[in-house]
Amino acid sequence: MNNDKKIFGIAATFKTPDEIINAAKKVSSSGFTEFDVNTPYPVHGMDKAMKIKPSKLGFVTLVMGLSGASIALLFMYWTMSVDYPMVIGGKPFFALPAFIPVTFELTVLLATVSTVIAMIALFFRLPDNKHPLHDTDYMKSVSADKYGIVIESTDSKFDEKSVTDFLKNLNPLKIEIIYYPPEDSYPIFQPKFIIFLIVVAVLVSGGTYITLNKLLYTVPYNFMMDQDKLNPQKPSELFADGRGMRTPVEGTVARGFMPYPYTGQTNPPEVLANPYLPTKENLELGKSKFLTYCSPCHGNFADGDSRLRGQFPNPPTLHSTRARDFSDGMIYHIITNGQNVMPSYASQITREERWAVVNYIRVLQRAKNASDSDLIEMKKETGSNVTN
Amino acid sequence: MNIDYSQEAPTVAGRLTLAQIEELVARPMATKPDKKFFIAISISSAFLLIGAICLGYTFYYGVGMWGNNQPVGWGFGIVNFVFWVGIGHAGTLISAILFLLRQKWRTGIARFAEAMTIFAVMCAGIFPIIHTGRPWLAGYLVPYPNQHGLWVNFISPLVWDVFAVSTYFTVSFVFWYVGLIPDFATMRDRTVSKFKKTIYSMFSLGWRHSNRHWTHYEKSYILLAGFATPLVLSVHTIVSFDFAVSILPGWHTTIFPPYFVAGAIFSGFAMVVTVLLFVRKIFNLEHIITLNHLEKMNKVILLTGMMVGYSYAMEFFIAWYSGVPAETFVFINRAFGPYAWAYWIMVSCNVIIPQFFWFRKIRRSIPAMFVIVILVNVGMWFERFVIVVTSLSRDFLPSSWAYFKPTIFDLGILLGSFGLFFTLVILFTKSLPVVSISEVKASADGAQPTHHGGAYNE
Repeated sequence: MNNDKKIFGIAATFKTPDEIINAAKKVSSSGFTEFDVNTPYPVHGMDKAMKIKPSKLGFVTLVMGLSGASIALLFMYWTMSVDYPMVIGGKPFFALPAFIPVTFELTVLLATVSTVIAMIALFFRLPDNKHPLHDTDYMKSVSADKYGIVIESTDSKFDEKSVTDFLKNLNPLKIEIIYYPPEDSYPIFQPKFIIFLIVVAVLVSGGTYITLNKLLYTVPYNFMMDQDKLNPQKPSELFADGRGMRTPVEGTVARGFMPYPYTGQTNPPEVLANPYLPTKENLELGKSKFLTYCSPCHGNFADGDSRLRGQFPNPPTLHSTRARDFSDGMIYHIITNGQNVMPSYASQITREERWAVVNYIRVLQRAKNASDSDLIEMKKETGSNVTN
Repeated sequence: MNIDYSQEAPTVAGRLTLAQIEELVARPMATKPDKKFFIAISISSAFLLIGAICLGYTFYYGVGMWGNNQPVGWGFGIVNFVFWVGIGHAGTLISAILFLLRQKWRTGIARFAEAMTIFAVMCAGIFPIIHTGRPWLAGYLVPYPNQHGLWVNFISPLVWDVFAVSTYFTVSFVFWYVGLIPDFATMRDRTVSKFKKTIYSMFSLGWRHSNRHWTHYEKSYILLAGFATPLVLSVHTIVSFDFAVSILPGWHTTIFPPYFVAGAIFSGFAMVVTVLLFVRKIFNLEHIITLNHLEKMNKVILLTGMMVGYSYAMEFFIAWYSGVPAETFVFINRAFGPYAWAYWIMVSCNVIIPQFFWFRKIRRSIPAMFVIVILVNVGMWFERFVIVVTSLSRDFLPSSWAYFKPTIFDLGILLGSFGLFFTLVILFTKSLPVVSISEVKASADGAQPTHHGGAYNE
């Protein structure tokens, strides 16, 4: 025997389960603590003979099972009732009975998977293919049909000679001294390993790129994007002019697209009269359209003071005398026809909405240029009797 | 006949020693595959190839290649899904429920049944995904944060299904792997090939058969079995919710969950017996998978077959007793309508044929039980067909009634799923121990300490 080697432990093998139980009892009652029994299958009564405490694995299961249940319930509550609440089948947002199946499944999933992971990694300290017991004759025999006990050198009572004698007294089949295997070292930066990493990186990134950017745009994945139908701005072989989009039949007008007869004129005729009264609904409509289409340049209060100031020729304020003196028809005409750099908004804002915007501009103008008489008027309306 | 019922029959027949058990189980992995193996795998992979071709056509041209029509939107895709999930139920039942019930005879068949569970759930999982027509978008089934701010609908039974089937697969797989760890270690220590040794070492995780590990290991087995038991009952319950939560007559019944679970165990056991009959013969495992095992499985088949028969009768009774005209119509239509042929195949294969198992001679006769379990498999497939197709083909509106006829692609994909299943089973028999070596050793005669000489002698 090579005495340079460090002893891991001394092992003895037995033939029957009765013998190993007796051996385990003797070893544990002689005060050894760092010993282990290796059997090809769990032998009944061994825990008691070895004085092993019951496994605490169940606590992992309990904690993780409860976490699974609460994670599932909280997540479903958050998605279905908070983040994107939607009425489905007339059920409440927090439909507990309908959440039970998923809650149960996640409880089981988390409990079992974490039990097994905890058992292997924390309780067993596996994987460990470098353990001194591996590849010994002892391991091979207890893996098949023998029963073995090994007293480890870390035990405080360990002494090579006395332990060997002690085990011999138990009348084993065989006694084996087990040494630590020679230390192997595996430098991480081996050329082979680096090349392997590079190959994996290239394959993974290349595969991902090809899948997402090429493969998914080929047949049949692109069938949904590429259908036999007319798309806007796309050619079509169906018509003689090769265009997919059609112009209206001559002499017809599409619904809601009444032609505007004053296009291009700088001086609008005074015949354009506002057909809408400034009711509350009308003003609300005008406000929303003004804020959407007009405010980007003219500002939220039509001061000509917008977030675009300085990037374009400054849009004018609508509170100038000139603007206030415009007739309703003139403002309508400017929205419809455009003026200077301002384009026509006829295609974006409908006829009714344009008149509503005009009404709203009138409100803004009145508010910005209020006179004392307006104040008195307002106080009358609101019933306030403050007189300063 | 004199049978001593006070003694449990030995789980391993023929008084094999531990070494002989190990040798028997490990032999298929140590020897080169023979001619029979290649014939078997070429047949099963030919089926698999047929399925793959039909699936290719489906992906290219769309689900229109199938016989699905309006109103039968759920054709073979869902029939096969429910069928295969059902097959998968036997494995977990054997490994979990029978474990909790301390049925020692389960050790011989548990590993194989668990493997069949995993393969059957794999077959099942394919069907709902291909049924969507765009299987590459299946990731949308998972709740993940996306730019639409949308989540999956947790109130939908179809989402419950996703969670149930994926959990079932994961837990079955974990259960199976935990059981395999000691066997991998045994294989590692007995193989002479360096290549195999590396693989077995990797999967054994360096298991040392240490008793300090065995205590946790046994604990984990009880915990896993405790969770897998309600899980196996929940999975087919949730599958039945796909139907029961809808308002279609013939589906909208509260009997569905227990009825589906009984049917699943019924069909699963029939499939396990079918495959085991071959495996025990080909690999000479007659001493480990004994006639006693098969007889016990046949008893379970008889019991669950009668539960299924009771459900069929109860459905009819409730249809009449509830007085709902639509419900009454559906059931009369099932038995005497255009699908009467399927209905009577189902009833005769599932209810009448298993009654032969009342006779001990038939329960213990290999050819007889083979015929019966094959017919049970056929009957259970037709049960799902009857449930899915007859209810859909004639619902409330007579103007939208239509007859469902499968196309060659439907049949090809069904064949392909059997091909996939049997290919995986055949590969499994040659690459992993088909019987749990450590469990069978532990339950062999003389494997545990005697009462006077060991543990109980304080």
